[in-house]
Amino acid sequence: MEQQIAIHKHTEAAIRRPQKRVKGMKRLWQYKAMYAMLLPGVIFYLIFRYVPMYGIIIAFKDFSIVDGILGSPWAQPWDKHFLTFFHSPYFVQLLTNTFLISLYKLAFGALPPILFALLLNECRVGWFKSLIQTLTYMPHFLSWVIIYGILLALLSQSSGLFNQWVVHLGLRAIPFLTSTDYFRTILVSSEVWQNLGWGAIIYLAAIAGIDPTLYEAARVDGAGRLRMIWHITLPGIRSVIVMLLILRLGHIMDAGFEQIYIMYNIQVYPVADIIDTWVFRTGLQQLNFSLAAAVGLFKAVIGLTLVLVANRIAKIWGDGIW
Amino acid sequence: MVNSWEDRFFNTVTFIILLLCGAAVVFPLLYVVSVSITPISEVLKNGGFILIPRHITLAAYHKLLTDSGIPRALGVTAYITIVGTVLNIIVTALMAYPLSRRKLPGRSIILMMVVFTLLFNGGIIPTYLVVKSVGLLNSLWSLILPNLVWSFNILIVKSFFEQLPEELFESARMDGAKEFRVLWQIALPLSVPVILTVSLFYAVGHWNEFFQAIMYVTDRSFFPLQVIVREILIQTQQPLENAENLTPTETLQMASVVMASLPIILVYPFMQKHFTKGMLLGSIKG
Repeated sequence: MEQQIAIHKHTEAAIRRPQKRVKGMKRLWQYKAMYAMLLPGVIFYLIFRYVPMYGIIIAFKDFSIVDGILGSPWAQPWDKHFLTFFHSPYFVQLLTNTFLISLYKLAFGALPPILFALLLNECRVGWFKSLIQTLTYMPHFLSWVIIYGILLALLSQSSGLFNQWVVHLGLRAIPFLTSTDYFRTILVSSEVWQNLGWGAIIYLAAIAGIDPTLYEAARVDGAGRLRMIWHITLPGIRSVIVMLLILRLGHIMDAGFEQIYIMYNIQVYPVADIIDTWVFRTGLQQLNFSLAAAVGLFKAVIGLTLVLVANRIAKIWGDGIW
Repeated sequence: MVNSWEDRFFNTVTFIILLLCGAAVVFPLLYVVSVSITPISEVLKNGGFILIPRHITLAAYHKLLTDSGIPRALGVTAYITIVGTVLNIIVTALMAYPLSRRKLPGRSIILMMVVFTLLFNGGIIPTYLVVKSVGLLNSLWSLILPNLVWSFNILIVKSFFEQLPEELFESARMDGAKEFRVLWQIALPLSVPVILTVSLFYAVGHWNEFFQAIMYVTDRSFFPLQVIVREILIQTQQPLENAENLTPTETLQMASVVMASLPIILVYPFMQKHFTKGMLLGSIKG
C-alpha cells in the first residue's frame, strides 16, 4: 500500500529512474529475513562447493602444497597432466572398469526392483506385504562396510559359510573376494541386494497412481492377473521406467567409489580400479595432486555432459529432474 | 470367480518369491549374528561356523568394548550423528523455506546454484585442498561441515513447503509473525513427515560416515566407527595374546559388524513408515 501511494506521488518521468532503484532496494529489504535464512547455506555452498570448482585450475598447474594454488607455476604445456593420463597404460583400464562396472550395475540392477514392485503390488495379504517391504528396504541403510562384513562371513575363502559347504563337498575353496573372476559379479549382486526394496518404492508409487477403474473394466472383460499386469500395470509405469533408465545412464561415470574402495584389494585392481579410486590413491596417497585433479576433471566433464544429455532425452518422455 | 484356480496359483507363487526376497535379507544378517556369538570351542568341534550355535558367548563383544578402538569410535560416530544431523536439518530448513517462496527476488539464482552442484563438482582433490586450507583436517568438523547440506534434501523439503497453502503464511504474517516464526510455527509443524525423512537420511549418512573420514582424518582418535570396523575386517591375523581368552578373528569381525549396524536396525522399523510417506509426498511430485 505504501509503495502504491509513493508511486502516485511522483508522476514525473524524470524522477522515475532513481525512484525505481530505491523501490528495488526496498523490495529486497522486505525479504531481509529470508536472505538471512539463506546465508548459512549460501556460505556453505560457496566455500565447500564453488571454491573447489575454482581449485580445479591445479589440473593445469604443477601444484605444490608449499606454493599454494595461486603460487604454483602453470604446467608446460597446459594439458601436460591430461596427456600423461591419456598416454598411460591405466587410461584404458580405468575407463573400461568404470564403464563396465557401471553398465553391469545398470543392466542387472534395473529389472529386479520393477519385478519386485509388481509382485508386492499383487500381494493381497496386507501384513505380509508390509513385513517384506520393511525387510527389503533395510539393506539400503546399511553401510558398505557392513555389507562387506556380511560378504566376508558368507564368502571368505578360509571360513565363509559358502566355502565351508564347498570344502565339505570335497571341492577346493573358491576365492570369491580376491579373484578377478568373481569380483565384479560380487560388486553388482551386492548392490542389487542393497537396492532391491528401496528401488521398488518409486515404481510402487507409480503403480498407486494408476486409475483403478481400468482394472475393474479388465476384470469384467475376463482378464486374468497376468494379462492385467501386462496390459495395465506395465504400460502405466512405463514412463517412470524409461525416465529412470535414462537418468541412470547419465550417471554412468559413477561406478560407486565407496563400495569399490571398501571391497577391493590389490589382487583385483585390474578389474576393480575405477577413475575415482585411482584419483584417490594417486592424489591423496601418492600426493600427485595435479595429475589426480586433471583425471578428476576429465571424469566430471564427461559426467556433466552425460547428465545433461540424459536429462534432455528424459524430458521428451515427460519431465526431467528439474 | 472363473479364474479362482489361476488366482490361487498366482498368489502362491507371489507369496513364495516374496518370502525368498525377505529370507535373502534375514538369512545373512542372522548368520553374521550367529558367528559373532560362537565360542571357539564350537568352531573347533565343528571345523567351522554353523548357522545356529548351541553355545553362546559374548566374549567378542566384551573384548571389542574393552580392548579396541571401538568405544572411542562409537563416541566419534555418535557425536557427528547427533551434532551433524541437528545442523543439517537447521540449515536445510533455513534454505528450503525461502527457496519455496516464489516471490523472493533472486530465488532462481540460488536454486540454480544448489542444483548445479548435483551435476558438477570440483572433485576429490580440490575439495580436499579447501578442507585443508580452512584448517579442518583431523577434526570432527571435517566430518560434518564439508557435507553440511545435501542439495537433494533441500529440493525434497522445498517442494513440500511449496505445497502448503500460501494463505497460511499470509495470515500468520498478518498477525504480525516474523519470517523465522512463520517457518518455526507454521511451516515446520506441518512438515513433520518430510523433516523426519530427511533427518533419517542425514543421520544414516553420518552413522555410515566413511568417505570423508578416510580423506580428511589421519589421526586415529577421530576415526568414526565404520573406519575402525573396516580395519578390523581387513586384518586377517589376530594380534598375539594368551590362549585362554582366544576369540576367533571371524567372531571378532562379525561382532564389530553387528555393533556398527545395530542402531540402524533397531531405529529403522520405527522410522520406516515416516520415510515411505515422506519420500512419496516430497519427491515424486517435485
